[in-house]
Amino acid sequence: MAEKEVSIADIANRSQLFEEELKGETMTINMGPSHPATHGVLRLKLEMDGEYITKCDPVIGYLHRGSEKIAENMTYTQFIPYTDRLDYLACVHNNVAFALAVEKLAKLDVPERCAAIRVLCCELARLASHLLGVGVYGMDCGALTVFMYTFTEREKIYSRLEELTGARLTNSYARIGGLARDIPDGWLGKVLETIESCERCIDDCDKLLTRNKIFYDRTVGVGVISKADAIAYGLSGPNARASGVTTDLRKDKPYSGYEKYEFDVPIGKEGDCYDRWLVRVVEMKESIRIIRQVVDTMPNGLWYNDEAKRIVAPRKDKVLTSMEELIQNFMIVTEGPQIPEGEAYFEAENPKGWLGFYLVSKGGGVPYRLKIRAPSFCNLSILPKLLVGHLVPDIPVILGSFDFVMGDCDR
Amino acid sequence: MATKVVDRRPLSWAEKTYIPQILSGLRITFRKMFNPVVTLEYPEQRPTIPDNYRGVPTLVKDPHGREKCVSCQLCEFVCPPKAIRITPGSIDEASGNEHIEKAPKDFEINMLRCIYCGLCQEVCPEEAIVLQDIFSANGYTRQEMVYNKKKLYELGGTLPDKHFKWDKKKKASEQAPSH
Ligand code: SF4
Ligand code: SF4
Repeated sequence: MAEKEVSIADIANRSQLFEEELKGETMTINMGPSHPATHGVLRLKLEMDGEYITKCDPVIGYLHRGSEKIAENMTYTQFIPYTDRLDYLACVHNNVAFALAVEKLAKLDVPERCAAIRVLCCELARLASHLLGVGVYGMDCGALTVFMYTFTEREKIYSRLEELTGARLTNSYARIGGLARDIPDGWLGKVLETIESCERCIDDCDKLLTRNKIFYDRTVGVGVISKADAIAYGLSGPNARASGVTTDLRKDKPYSGYEKYEFDVPIGKEGDCYDRWLVRVVEMKESIRIIRQVVDTMPNGLWYNDEAKRIVAPRKDKVLTSMEELIQNFMIVTEGPQIPEGEAYFEAENPKGWLGFYLVSKGGGVPYRLKIRAPSFCNLSILPKLLVGHLVPDIPVILGSFDFVMGDCDR
Repeated sequence: MATKVVDRRPLSWAEKTYIPQILSGLRITFRKMFNPVVTLEYPEQRPTIPDNYRGVPTLVKDPHGREKCVSCQLCEFVCPPKAIRITPGSIDEASGNEHIEKAPKDFEINMLRCIYCGLCQEVCPEEAIVLQDIFSANGYTRQEMVYNKKKLYELGGTLPDKHFKWDKKKKASEQAPSH
């Protein structure tokens, strides 16, 4: 065998192929899936050059339960408890969004009182979710106190939801064409007390962190998302608004009577972690404003649509005393609410962003296909771009400022 | 759209010295020391459970001590995680409920599967299954967590009945002219 001749030029050429390695070694580290800063089971495969991130590869799906497929095997009503488990920090909001999606498909209207109670619950849920989001964000930046204060207030909101719905976390409150039950006596007064103490708490947190030099230095200029990027990556909710995108479905496409209430949409300028904090703090105050208005203008009437006999189950006392309603109850439970054939897409402004349900129905009580657009999933899609060039200690701050939920992302 | 750009200013010279923040922070945390305690010493102190709380689902009897469930199996059907298993049986003659044809021979709820959604209570045409205020179901084995009919009735007890619908039916059929 003839020996292969190797010229100097060849060697020089070959060394170019290994240019990458010549730069110095990068190290691959795993952050998560169980890491306190990743808020659930997000795993980040990071390639590090020293302390700097050169590549980030988020691995998701550890909490995948196949909710979309599950929905195809049960009636619309039976799926409501499953929507609790999407964004489990704002359960009522998911219930309401799902019910609204099905109602859009069925072209069903709900009475004013029902819509008002829904808005009230949604805003309570938003407040609870943001209180937690803001609290753990503080904790990710090293400010443990704020978390303790906001968590206390969140528990108070959960007590109100418990009185209303019967459960603290998995509320399952909305029904197709109505609500599970009416508000209890004297409940609205308690809500007002609760949001008053929430307001004080938000002011305290604002005072503790917003002008704090440690927090300021930790968050300003970190994780900057430009307006163009926010739109390109489909960011929604407070994260998009912090980058200056003026989008809020409550204003753009009002649902459930949001057009009746006055509120402002906070918009950020720079799109960094500090802006995301500011936007959330202002948004909580706006939620409180909405809740006050809803409580003041709570209409009377029914909390479900009693004309949709094939969709809404009859009242309990009627089921117990009248044969016709008894049969109606049996039909709706066993066959599911009768939704006409068609397709519908509905998005609601969840605390985390746009939560969308795309429903295909072939008639009958079971969806043919359900697609869920999860806000956390879309918001996290920017991570591979955003984290590059940041330091490892910046990751908790950036993730904290995103306020995502893995139950929502993996669904 | 009514938007408002968040108030974002650079730190002032005084704020850069940390001192105003330390003082206002200390004021807030000091004030919080005198706030009422919000935690509970749990096993000794119990939380107050509101009405309509959705705890463990139980079977209840009517004030005459009769079984209310007629084994229609609607709850078994609706239960999203399929936690309920009912074996229908005929009704016990001595129960004093002779107008009803069926009663559950066995009624099992798997508390490990139950998600406390309350749909079973919502659909039951007899108000026989009720989610009550028990929130800490526990056991050492999986088998222990499958509550059978006896246990469910023990937990459920008796609840007032507004309608006594079967008594009314019985009366109506007795008064009706026989064919
Ligand atoms: S508990 Fe109620 S719904 Fe379930 S089988 Fe008995 S009567 Fe029917
Ligand atoms: S509460 Fe829900 S999960 Fe539990 S037994 Fe009833 S229907 Fe099933």
